[in-house]
Parts: sequence; C-alpha cells; structure tokens
Amino acid sequence: MSEPQTSQPLVSVQGIHTYYGKSHILHGVTLDVGPGEVVGLLGRNGVGKSTTLKSIMGLVNPSEGTITFHGQSITREPPHKIARIGIGYVPEDRRIFKLLTVMENLRTGLDRAGVTDARKRELLDKIFTFFPRLGERRNQAGGTLSGGEQQMLAISRAMMLEPKIILLDEPTEGLMPRMVSQIREIISVLHGEGVAILLVEQNVPLTLDACQRIYFMEKGAVRHHAVASELSVNDPVIHQYLGV
Amino acid sequence: MDIPWDIILIQTVNGLVTGMILALVASGLTLIFGIMDVVNFAHGELFMLGAYMGVIVITATGSFWLALIAAVLIVALLGAALQITTLRPLLGRDPLNTILATFGLSLVLQNYALWQFGPVARKIQEPFTGQFTLFYLQYPWYRIVIAVLSAAIIAGLYLFLKYGRYGIWIRATTQDRVMAQAMGIPVPWVHTVVFAIGAGMAAASGVLFGPLVGVNHAMGLDWVLKAFIVVVVGGMGNLGGSILAAIFISLLEAYASIWVSPSQAIIVSSVVLILTLLFRPTGLFVPTPK
Repeated sequence: MSEPQTSQPLVSVQGIHTYYGKSHILHGVTLDVGPGEVVGLLGRNGVGKSTTLKSIMGLVNPSEGTITFHGQSITREPPHKIARIGIGYVPEDRRIFKLLTVMENLRTGLDRAGVTDARKRELLDKIFTFFPRLGERRNQAGGTLSGGEQQMLAISRAMMLEPKIILLDEPTEGLMPRMVSQIREIISVLHGEGVAILLVEQNVPLTLDACQRIYFMEKGAVRHHAVASELSVNDPVIHQYLGV
Repeated sequence: MDIPWDIILIQTVNGLVTGMILALVASGLTLIFGIMDVVNFAHGELFMLGAYMGVIVITATGSFWLALIAAVLIVALLGAALQITTLRPLLGRDPLNTILATFGLSLVLQNYALWQFGPVARKIQEPFTGQFTLFYLQYPWYRIVIAVLSAAIIAGLYLFLKYGRYGIWIRATTQDRVMAQAMGIPVPWVHTVVFAIGAGMAAASGVLFGPLVGVNHAMGLDWVLKAFIVVVVGGMGNLGGSILAAIFISLLEAYASIWVSPSQAIIVSSVVLILTLLFRPTGLFVPTPK
C-alpha cells in the first residue's frame, strides 16, 4: 500500500478517544488534512465518522488525544473559537436555523468583527451567483426551503466564515441527482479557492471523484488510507470497509 | 340588567396598564427560558431590587427618570454577574439544578433586601401627578405612561431581536445552541447578555410599578407568580405569546373584579392556567405545532 504524505497538515487529529456518556465511540482516530486538500472519510454507518467531525469542531470533547490546526492545539477549545479560527461545519442534518430567514442564517456567520461591508457583499454575491435559488429566497424562513436548498444554505452559511477547511457531513444524503451534481460542483469550486474539505459520504463514486485521499474507518478507528486516484469503485478495499 | 359600560371601559384601561407591566416582566422571563431552558425563580427579586435601586437613586438625586435608567443598568449588571457565577457552570445539566439554583438566589436576594432595607415598605413618588377624568374617576396620567413606556421597551426589544446583529445571535442560539456555536457565536456570552436584558427589564418594571404599590422585599412574589402563569399560557419561550397572554389575563382579571373582589379575581388566571395545561399545553397563543 502506498502511504501518501502530506506536508504540514492544516488539521491534524492524533489518536483521539471520544465517548458519548459511557459508550466509547472513537478508539484512537488519527488523520491529517493538508491545506487546500479534499479528503474523504468512508466507512459503514456508526463507525464514528460524524463523531470525528464533531470532535474536531469541539462539539464533543475527546478524552484522549490531540487535535491541532496549523500546528496549534484546539483540543477542548469551545466550538465558537474553533469556528472563528477557520473551521466551517456542515452537519449531517443541516441544522438550518428554521425560523431565521435565509439572509439571517447567512448573517450568523457573516456578522463577525473585522468583516467590512464590501467584503460581506462580496461573499454574499458569490453565494447568490452560485446558488441563485438562495438569492431568490433570501427573505424566506430557512424552515420553508426544500431539502436540497437547505443543504445549499448549510454549505453557504459555513462559507460565510471564510474557513480554511469545511467539515462536510454527508452533504448529498437524500438529495435528487441534480442537487448531488451541484454539491459536487461546489466542492470543486471550494477546492479551486484553496479551501480544504474533510468529506464524510456514503456516495462512493462522488467521494473517489472529489477527493485526493481517502481514510477508511471501522469500529471507531482509521483502518486504511489510500490515494483516491488509485482506487476504483469496485476495489476490494471499498468492499471490505463499505460492503454489506 | 344594565351593562355598566363605564365600569367596563375603566377596567379595560386598568387591565391594559397591568397587562403591559406584566408583559414587561414576563418577556424577560420567557426570553431567558427560551434561550437557556432556565426557569428563573429569582426574576421577582430582580424586579424588587430594581424598585429598591429606584428608591435609592430617587432619594439621592430626586430624578425619577434617572432612577429608572440607573436601576435598569445596575440590575442588568447584577444579572450578568449572577448568571456567570450561578447559572453558567450549570449549563447542560438537568433543569432541576437551575431551578434550585435560581430558587436559592431568590431567597438570598429577598433576605438581603429585608436585612438591608428593613421590613417597612418604601414609596416611590410618581414623576408627575396629573389626572384626567374618566367618567366619574380622576384617572392618573402616570398609569397611562407606564403602559406606553412598557410597550415602548418591549417594542425596542423586538426590534433589537429582529434586526440587531446580536438579536440574530440570540434568535439563532434559541433555535439551535449547538449549531450557533459551530457558526462562531459565543453562546456562553449570549446567555449572559440575555440574562442581563431580562434582569434589566424586570428592574424597569419594578421602578415603573413602584409608585402604584409600596416597595418591599416581598413585592416580587406576586409578580413572578403571575409572570409564570403568563409565560406558560403564552407558550414557554414564546415572546409574542407571553405579551398577548399578559394582556389577556390582566383584562380577564380586571373584568372579573367588576363582579367579585380583586383578590378573588386572581382565581381567573389560575383557571386559565389549568385549562391551558389541560387542553393546550404548548400555549394558547402559539400556532398549532406541526
């Protein structure tokens, strides 16, 4: 197996153990994401992919291990600080603020100290050019949007933080094929802008296509690591870690 | 039987005045519940401390309006300090913890006031004593001013929540605390600020209402009880619902006291509370939940 190397990781997770109450979910997860790199995290349901993202975001605290961002430890920092230093989070269930309008949802990430009005307009224009639907519905409550539109909003909202990396948790889950290709496209756009992505997905072809490297998880730990271009959809590795 | 239109009109005015003050107390309470799931049993004491701060500043400066502003600011700061020391460490714990904590706070503050200011009720002089004729009554303008000012403060809160940057933070945190944090909103501070706003609003009601009743250490009890009823009837955490419920219940009580004594009229709000809990436990003024 070729062991792909990343120089100077942006985010580095070293041997984290995470518990929910008494259940031991992560058993020493270790992974790296380099600057601007798109990295996939594959595995069956319940192996701890989402928990890994939540641990990075500070939403659950690992009891052991460290997480660093640009070499600085962010282990057990509060989530709002982690978000402000440049980590965007798009959760599996999207978690749109349902009673806030589309615009207000975006403003939760936009109204930060040090963002000029011109910069705000620029960021919004970019989103509305890419997702015209959101522009049309900017004054509509988030809860009234369709599933696909909510996903676009969740991604756009994370982009308002101008993050260095976005943690994307199953962005294509339950979406129509047309929406899926739009998600694929936004991943490319973000990659083109130098934003790193840690992508948790069930959609294997999309993950292999979008990512440079893939981590495979099983039973709360990373078991395998590969360059995406060296894998095919029917690869035995895919069957081993994802087959039913 | 003749319908006593004049009395009904007078009681409508009375009900609206009490309703607005009650809405001011209850909106702080419901805001705090909505955002951090804390039932603040010390809310009545913040109301009472506001009134005492009013007494102190009026005695020192002679200005009612200065006293109103000073009381709001001092009690808001006190509220922030109480939240940081008492409630912040309990975030995410079972609600019983925060109920006990705020109940303890309420006992401490009440007895502090008794120790510091004594059992004799103090009086706040109303800022002006003008009256106008309402049928056979000389009705004080000050009561109308209370209602208008309370409405203005509530409207200010609404506009802040609707359009202010921090207002959006507060609403986002109310809806999804976890996602709000993940968007970089400093949720612990949002909680502190909301508690301070609620405390300041309670203090404002205390000063405004002070001239109508004596200021004493136990004055918060009646109000907080009624405010709790209003918050439940309006739908826990629902600001608009609480305001409507405050006016609704106050009007009902005012009309009831046409026929029965005012102390019996209080029964009406308890009946409304019980009926609400039985038939619409999510609140009377909430759209039917999906």
